[in-house]
Formats: sequence, structure tokens, C-alpha cells
Amino acid sequence: MEKALLSGNEAIARGAWEAGAEVAAAYPGTPSTEILQAFATFDDVYAEWSANEKVALDVAVGAAYAGKRALAAMKHVGLNVASEVLFYSSYTGINAGLVIVTADDPGMHSSQNEQDNRNYARFAKVPMLEPSDSQEAKDFTILAYELSEEYDTPVLIRSTTRVSHAKSVVTLGERTVHPQRKYERNPAKYVMIPSNARGRHPVIEERIRKLREWAETAEINRIAWGDRKLGVISAGAAYNYAREVFPNASFLKLGMAWPLPERLIREFAAGVEQLIVVEELDPFIEDWVRRLGIQVRGKDIFPMVGEFTLDVVRESAEKAGLLPPSGRKPAPPLADLPPRPPVMCAGCGHRDVFWILRKLKVVVNSDIGCYSLAVLPPLDTTDTIGCMGASIGVASGMTIAGLGKFRGRPRRNVAVIGDSTFFHTGLPALASAVYNQTPVTVIVLDNRNTGMTGHQGNPASGDTLQGRPGKRIDIAEVARAMGVEYVATVESRDWPALEKAIREALDFPGPAVVVSHDICVFREHYTREPYRIIEDACNGCTLCFRIGCPAIMKSKVIDVESGRPKAYIDPAQCVGCGQCYDVCARQAIEPGAPIEFNL
Amino acid sequence: MSMTNFLVTGVGGQGTLLAADIIAQVGLAQGLDAKKSEVHGMAQRGGVVVSHVRWGEKVHSPLIALGTADFLIGQEVVEGGRFLHYLKPGGVLLLSSETLPPPSLTLSKMEYPPAQKVIDAARQITDRIIFIAAPQLAEELGNRRVANTILLGALSAQMPEVDPKFWLDVIVRRVPQKVVEVNRKAFELGRKMGQEIAP
Ligand SMILES: Cc1ncc(C[n+]2csc(CCOP(=O)(O)OP(=O)(O)O)c2C)c(N)n1
Ligand code: SF4
Ligand code: SF4
Repeated sequence: MEKALLSGNEAIARGAWEAGAEVAAAYPGTPSTEILQAFATFDDVYAEWSANEKVALDVAVGAAYAGKRALAAMKHVGLNVASEVLFYSSYTGINAGLVIVTADDPGMHSSQNEQDNRNYARFAKVPMLEPSDSQEAKDFTILAYELSEEYDTPVLIRSTTRVSHAKSVVTLGERTVHPQRKYERNPAKYVMIPSNARGRHPVIEERIRKLREWAETAEINRIAWGDRKLGVISAGAAYNYAREVFPNASFLKLGMAWPLPERLIREFAAGVEQLIVVEELDPFIEDWVRRLGIQVRGKDIFPMVGEFTLDVVRESAEKAGLLPPSGRKPAPPLADLPPRPPVMCAGCGHRDVFWILRKLKVVVNSDIGCYSLAVLPPLDTTDTIGCMGASIGVASGMTIAGLGKFRGRPRRNVAVIGDSTFFHTGLPALASAVYNQTPVTVIVLDNRNTGMTGHQGNPASGDTLQGRPGKRIDIAEVARAMGVEYVATVESRDWPALEKAIREALDFPGPAVVVSHDICVFREHYTREPYRIIEDACNGCTLCFRIGCPAIMKSKVIDVESGRPKAYIDPAQCVGCGQCYDVCARQAIEPGAPIEFNL
Repeated sequence: MSMTNFLVTGVGGQGTLLAADIIAQVGLAQGLDAKKSEVHGMAQRGGVVVSHVRWGEKVHSPLIALGTADFLIGQEVVEGGRFLHYLKPGGVLLLSSETLPPPSLTLSKMEYPPAQKVIDAARQITDRIIFIAAPQLAEELGNRRVANTILLGALSAQMPEVDPKFWLDVIVRRVPQKVVEVNRKAFELGRKMGQEIAP
């Protein structure tokens, strides 16, 4: 059979396809994004980017009700947004199989928290499978569809960064096609008014009891007896490290994160002298084992915070005396190397807006996207970032509460939100501000894509995941239609117009929206060749360094008078946006020639 | 259980993930198990990119441990230096002379370090150090993007037990049709460089 080196995400997509899934919906988010991107490339499937995770999961639920196997995928915090759907779909059950993937991010490589989404399975009373590598990611996804239909429940798959973004070998299989199941009207099951929901709750409790019974003998929960002195219960990515750190121990590998078996754990515990649980983040398994009255160690040995690695697991085990000290002392990292934090791209239009906001000295309630990078030096112009869509509500609250005075004048604040985030969860907050007539200023950074996660389409771009014809929604028109009475549309490169609009919006007595068209260099291009420093005119004042363009660096040439290095523009990186030209007070920057487009 | 560990490090846009993919696939081509792991996401914004690759009879962890990399492939001077502590004593450091000063340097007193700083530090760990002017050599071959293939060629020279045909097969499969020839040349050149400087 054909084998392939697949990432966990590609393997999940492959598993869904082999299982005959036909409809998939998601909102992008690291480390989950590639699941839908991979699924979208298969034949005979429908895949979409929805406006947010809640919508994505509703769409998948609808398709499953209609009788087609469906998939929804999201990052861990996406499930917070979709959690309402998770809870009602747990009660209604499905018709055709429904699989929901949550990709968690221990270590927060690209997230605002490291919540452990195994808790959702228990909370919403739905089963959850937890693969450790790509083969399991594929196999467990197929199994999840079977469980989903057999037990009439959505099934969660929990992945983590080191499963989603690790590649390993997968044996490929064929696609099984399932005829669409008939949709039959059944309000007692699908209409969750209280009287019906009361009828469903006992069904859900019974379902989880049956699933626990299934978990007792399921192949994916397996014991491998080794040395009986130490028994290790582990799951997910942590299992891979535990297997290497304790090569001789007995293992209970749990492929099902919820419900957890009881007899199987008792049997394993009884067979070993000492029992430990190796799991990332929360003591989820450990708490359950302890509840069974079994003596176990876990979070007193292994950290609750951050991502596991071989080193973390080994060092913790050595400290706890589970392993003899290896005496191995890896060299310390080389000191004094320049850090390399991520930066906005050369020519990113978000830089324009933050440059003006910095000048206006307003409090900035920002949001999640590439523009989050404006919190780092040299722009250093952001006061709050919480979760997607928080900017407008938080800015409203600050506007309502007031911020006192700054240099004798009222201190003011603005919300800054990207186009994708605006449609994700910004809309209800804006509706609220209009309804209550909160005089909040909202700046929408409209670069017509979801930049941060890899330039996906969204309602502001109109581009769809599988290239079907979509429709672009104009944000300014939306704001007007929602009753915002001050709406300005500006090109971010036009600084005077941008500043004027923001000032007017701040002074406007009601909610005000400025839609700034920011160029994302992955989507649109400037029309000039690289700019150039006029060396004789540059005195190394550092002004152009302060916009933070990665194409601008210190020259080797030192200005004789100031003793400072002059500026240098790397022609390989410069995209010809002209931001540096606009800040330079000495006319020391020369624009590149207009690019002739031969159409 | 014998395991071969690789760490490939570079800067977003340098092709770090592709190079690591190729290494993993060469492992599989020989009938070994292989895993690789990296963090996507920030790579496009000029951030650090690190990819772990492992070959073995059976590979569990997709990450390697500190001080256990048999091969550290630094596609850029600072990023090679930043992960030196992953190198196993006596392991091989393959360092490209590519320098990409991080933008954070423009407003700081810090200087981009000379490659010698990284090489000197590496000497504390190993004397198998290969410093390759990959960008210049690639330029001479007429395509800057083959710098990574030169490094892979040098890596292959340091692994005499692996038939070079495995490397070439995978590289040919993974690069666009129209640059196959220049990549082939880059690989051969890298092999020569890797042998010449080899201990
Ligand atoms: C609930 C949730 N879903 C997804 C993400 C991942 N994510 C981070 S930023 C972002 C969107 C950014 O798009 P946009 O607001 O248009 O800004 P841009 O990056 O294009 O500047 C997404 C989807 C997240 N952090 N939280
Ligand atoms: S990807 Fe686009 S939006 Fe993000 S920093 Fe680069 S130019 Fe800006
Ligand atoms: S024109 Fe100036 S600011 Fe714009 S990309 Fe080039 S160097 Fe950077």
C-alpha cells in the first residue's frame, strides 16, 4: 500500500476524506489551518472558510444533520468561540458522522493562551480521541466517524502543535463513499427547546456511559507490559517523549482522552509498583485516576505549564528520582546573539496606521492579526490585546469609563481590528456600540485577507477556499448600514488623509469607523522599484529606522559629523512602499522608478 | 537503538522546511523510520525557523533533545549559533556563511556577530565544522536559491554510509522541473565542499 510522509494535519484531512466526509468548514488558526487546506484539495468534497469557528461548526452540524459526513477544524481557542455549538450538538446528536478537530498549542507558539481542550470533551459530554502521530491522526479520524454514527454524537479529535506540525509516515487507503443518509424531521431530537432538551440529557448521560464501556476494550487504549516497577499512563504528543525517556517501563497508552476507562486503568495500576501519568498541560488523566482511588503521581513531577520536550520529561523524571541522574549537561546556549522576533513585512500597510496612532498618542485597544506585531519596538503602540474581536468591546468600555487626562487633554482610545477579525467577532461589538451610541472610534485595517495565518480568503476578500465564485463585502458599507454616522475610507499610504480621518472620528460624538485600506504584500503590489538612500544627504538620524521596516538597516558608512551609521536600504527586501520616504525629514531617500507593467 | 538526529535552522523565507523535508525523505528512502517537526506560523514574518528531523528503526519523539544533534545545519550564521547547544559533542556543524541581520539591530547597540564567534563556540563542542560560502557558490551557479542544496550536498558527504543517489532522487523530486539541473550541480558542488573540509 502507498505510504506518504504527512503532517498530522494532512493526515487528519486524509482520514476524513478516506472516511467519506463530504463537507468541511473551518476558520484558520495555527496549528490547525492546514487541515482544511489539505481537505479542500481532494475530489468530491466541499470545503469553506467560514467567518468564524462558531459558524464553521454550525455549517458542519447542518451538513451532518442533512446526512453527509462532515468535518470542522479549529485551533484550541476557536473551540471557545464554537463552544455553544459543541454543547447543543452534543444534545441533538448527529445524523451522518461529525468530527470536530481542536488543535491545541502547548507552549503558545502562536496563541494567547495554552488551554487544555480535553476539558471540553468532559464538559460537553462528547468523546475525544487523541492521536500521537500522523498514522494515528488518520486512523483515529476514520474511527471517529464510526463512533460518531454508532453513538449518535459529535466526536472531538484533539491534536497539538507537535502532532499537527510533525511529519511521519502514513499508509494511505482508499475513500469509502457513503450514500447520503436521509434527513427525517425529528423535533424532539433536533429542536432544543427546554422540554426537548430535558428529554435529551439522560440520553447523553447514557451515551457517555456506553462509550466508557467501549473505552475499556478499545484497541486505541492499549497496555504494553514492560518492567513492572514503573507504569506510565500517557497520551498524545507526551507519549512520544515518555516512550523514549522510559524505554523499559510498562505503558498504558490512551488513544481516547474522554471518556476514560476505569477497569483498564485499575488493571494497569494493579500490575505495576509505581504509577505515573505523563501528560501535557492539565492533570486531566491524573485527576481521573485519583478519583478512582488509585495512587498516582503526575503534576508533582512534570510541569503543568508549557510544552513538553524530551529534555523536559527526562529532567523532571531525573529530579523525581524515577531515572538515575544522567550527569549529562548540555552546553548553555551561545550568549549575546541578536534576537530575531517576527516583524511586519517590508511595505505592510498596517505600519502606516500605527505610525499615525503613535503620533496621536492614543490608547490603542488592538486585536489579533499581523498588526499585533505593532506592540513590539520600534512601533511599540498597543495597549491591550485579548482575543479575536475584543478590540471594539474593550474600546467601548474604555470610552464609556473614560481615561482621565493626558497632558491636560482628555486621554482617548481607539479600537484597531483587521478585516478578518472584524467579520469574525467584530460585528456584534460594533452593533452594540451603535445601538448604545457609544462614541467609540474603530479603525478597520482592511488588507482583504487573513494575513497572520497565511493569507486565507475571508468575507472582505471574497476569495473562497476552493476557488468557487464568492462575494466581497465592503466594510464601510456594512458600517453605514449598521447606522454608523461617521464612516471614512482611506488608503493607508495617504498619511494626511488617514490622520485627518482618525482625528475626525475621535471628535465625532457617536460611534465612528475608519476603514483603512492597508496593503498586504502577499496580496497586492506597490508600483515602484526599490527606494534608495541618498548617502550624501543621510546623516544617520535614525528616523527611518523607527518605522521598523526590515529592509532598512544600518549602513557600514558612518556619517562624519554625527558619528552615526547612515541608513541603507536592502534592494532585495524593499517593495517600494515609500513609508521611509514619508518619514525622512532630510529628503535623503530617493523613490524607486515607477514599474512599467507590460500587460 | 541507533538514531540519527538533524537540526535545520534558518530565517523565514530561506527554505528551511523544504530542506528538512528532504532530509526526512532520504531517511525513508533507505527504509528507515523518520519524523520531523517544526513550528509554522511566524516563519513568514522574518522569524527564526527550526526543524527537527530524526531517522531510526523506530522514531517516537519528533523532537530531538539538547546536545544530541548529529548534524546541525545552520542556513544562516546567527541561527546556526543560536542552536549550537543542540549539537552533540563530536557532531557535525554545517554552517552557511549567509548573514541576515535581524531588523531589531537597527535601533540597538548590538552588532551582528562575526561568523568566527559561532565557529569558536562550536569548537568547544566539536571539531567537525564545515563553513560554506553557500550564497556565493549558489550565485556562481546562477541561482541564489540553490544554497540549501549545496548544504545538503555537504551533509551527504559527511554521511558516507548513505548512497548519494538517495539524496539526488529526493531532491530531483522535490524541486521545480526547470531548476533540476542547477540543483544537481549544486548538490555535487556541496558534496565536494563537504569532503574537502571534512576531517
Ligand atoms: C478564535 C481564534 N481563531 C483564530 C485565531 C488565529 N488567528 C490569529 S490572527 C487571525 C486573523 C488575522 O486576520 P486579520 O484580522 O484580517 O489581520 P491580518 O493578519 O490580515 O493583518 C487569526 C485567524 C485566533 N487567534 N483566535
Ligand atoms: S503578511 Fe501581510 S498583513 Fe501580515 S505583516 Fe506581512 S504584509 Fe502585513
Ligand atoms: S520603500 Fe522604504 S519603507 Fe517601504 S519597503 Fe522600501 S525601504 Fe521599506
